[in-house]
Amino acid sequence: MEAYIQGIGAVTPQKTFTGDGFLQEVMEYHNVRYLKCIEPVYNDFIDPMASRRMSRIVKMGVCAALKCLVEAGLENPDAIITGTGLGCIEDTEKFLGSLYTNEEQLLNPTPFIQSTHNTIAAAIALKLKCNSYNNTYVHRGFSFESALLDSMMMLQEGAASQVLTGGMDELTTHSFTITDRLGFWKKQAIHNLGLLNYKSKGSLAGEGIVFFVLSHQHTDKSLARISAINTLYKPGNKAELTDNLASFIQQSVGGTEGIDLAILGLNGDTDQDENYRQIRNSLFSEIPCAYYKHLCGEYDTSSSFALYLAAMILKEQHVPEVLKCDNKPVGKIRNVLLYNHVRNINHTMLLISSC
Amino acid sequence: MPERVFVTGVGIISAIGFNCGETENSLQEMRSGIGRITQLDTLYRNEIPVAEVKATHAELVKMANVPENGPYSRTSLLGIIAARQALMQSRITDVSSARTGLISATTVGGMDRSEKFYKQYMKNNLRGRLRDIITHDCGNSTEEIADSLGVRDYISTVSTACSSSANAVLVGARLIKSGRLDRVLVGGTDALTLFTLNGFNSLMILDKSGCKPFDEERNGLTLGEGSGFLMIESGKLTEGENKTVLCEITGYGNACDAYHQTASSPEGDGAYLSMRKALDMAGLDPCHIDYINAHGTGTKNNDLSEGKAIERLFRDAVPRCSSTKSFTGHTLGAAGGIEAVLCVLALQHQWIYPNLFFRQKMTELNFSPVTDFQSNIPLRHVMSNSFGFGGNNASIIFSGC
Repeated sequence: MEAYIQGIGAVTPQKTFTGDGFLQEVMEYHNVRYLKCIEPVYNDFIDPMASRRMSRIVKMGVCAALKCLVEAGLENPDAIITGTGLGCIEDTEKFLGSLYTNEEQLLNPTPFIQSTHNTIAAAIALKLKCNSYNNTYVHRGFSFESALLDSMMMLQEGAASQVLTGGMDELTTHSFTITDRLGFWKKQAIHNLGLLNYKSKGSLAGEGIVFFVLSHQHTDKSLARISAINTLYKPGNKAELTDNLASFIQQSVGGTEGIDLAILGLNGDTDQDENYRQIRNSLFSEIPCAYYKHLCGEYDTSSSFALYLAAMILKEQHVPEVLKCDNKPVGKIRNVLLYNHVRNINHTMLLISSC
Repeated sequence: MPERVFVTGVGIISAIGFNCGETENSLQEMRSGIGRITQLDTLYRNEIPVAEVKATHAELVKMANVPENGPYSRTSLLGIIAARQALMQSRITDVSSARTGLISATTVGGMDRSEKFYKQYMKNNLRGRLRDIITHDCGNSTEEIADSLGVRDYISTVSTACSSSANAVLVGARLIKSGRLDRVLVGGTDALTLFTLNGFNSLMILDKSGCKPFDEERNGLTLGEGSGFLMIESGKLTEGENKTVLCEITGYGNACDAYHQTASSPEGDGAYLSMRKALDMAGLDPCHIDYINAHGTGTKNNDLSEGKAIERLFRDAVPRCSSTKSFTGHTLGAAGGIEAVLCVLALQHQWIYPNLFFRQKMTELNFSPVTDFQSNIPLRHVMSNSFGFGGNNASIIFSGC
């Protein structure tokens, strides 16, 4: 089961949407506790009348999807599949708030309509007049991977030859305030590029939307190939995690010597990063490692941003300095392993290979 | 030859019963679960009827057999109760004896607790008990169900509005066919909340006198709550264990109407496509379908669009058809799961459910739904429809063995 990445559309805190080249200009943020997306010029993609009714994540999602289709040279996909941890949280908050301020009376239905988790996938289908398979997964740190697995199954079943797949989450003032109270974020404002230097609990909050066109066959547009995917739910102990990851690597690429680069979900939280430290010691002691959450922040579907990085690294055969965790020399890059976990509950593994 | 997918257990909790037995009694006695609001603290208590599960949080905790003070949302509790029934019926004693997954669906997740949190938080953003907000996201209820039953091999959550759990069923079937899992608990769960009650009320599509699916005078839907789960297993597994199976999932289709964010297309394009795809996969002709459990919400728009799509596909030979939302209300993310369970029971007992509160045929349609409880009807193939906001449509075909 594999899928070729034919095009990418990414709205993130980096210049991934409009910038030239691959991370040529890295966005630095000083004194921040969260990173927000650099928003596209919506009118370039969405009719202003329609965009007025859309919330921020819907607009960003539609733009990322349309850009992705252009990159892939595809008009209409055979399936649209999305993953989001919290969905359209801004509209959810808006409707929930109005419920109490208006005491259940004279409520505006628009935020309610747009609060459903499938709003973005539906808005894209509507825009494209796409009657094909359409599905949305909403499961914490598995959201994007579930969408990816579904997409790869569609390709394998022969039910689709090109699938539009995306991972997306937005950060709002309220969602930041609430997750901050839950202890998710570092209490001090930081410099994003120094994320791993602060030895404290909590991470840097973030958000992003990344869409991919996945195809069952290799073409001259193919950037990279997703060759294996795995999820692990609540491993009982560190050994189970290491064993699971080791057997994933064994089955997909024959052993750690087949991996040229590992991209890890290090997020600066001393407790949560312990997993990565353990894995680096036990499995990746000889493998160059990279990380990415200092560029996009931590959120449920951040692995979609990491997949974008992996695809670009394979295509360009170059690892930008800003991503490197160590000084190990990087040679020819054929296989990139992506390992991420969200709150030590949802662990995900992807193998991305050159075409 | 692709792997076949069989149903080996079902579980259900809704306004018409806490389990299969109670549900069957209500159906036979044509007793609707729609009535006055008793559990929800709302302004519309005496104005808008709903189909509630008549149990308090504490009573559900007991039924779900989970720790009393755990941070469980109502959605989680309903899900645990139905999923455990399905697991029990399938007589699986050791969940880890085969690769077992859970695909659950929900639209509101832990909104009942989020509402409590928000009420305080709105006054002051340092207020609101944090244990009331950690259950907010959709994934929470799925993980609570997985943890209660010990399912670990693959878990995920689908959320496509009112077709959510129908999509969970078809994703589970595909996971088995792909060889990634041997068996999967599939279904959905949703609790009644102020959020959804007020949401649908603001859209002015709640019938103040209770839903009347496919009736000329229908005036909206009635919200319900509950959960429905199926244990589905690969043919390899059921054959190997020589297991009694309830029925087979022979076809399914997912299509997008791509017409409007909330309204369905006048000719029911998405609905037609999802039914067509399901038939094609099952290798059946329209004449082979013996019963349709319709989406039939009771809104002007859905029933017209779905009815038109059914006539387009089945022409002048529309099979027996009814909407059981007249019993359970519209349970949103749980509807596809609950109605899938009802389809399995229909095949098992060879009976067809009435569409309650129907009086007058819609002028635009040539068919009327079944209005009486019919038993001893030879049923071989039944179809379940689930359609949602955003045009997310799904149809599933269950076939007797």
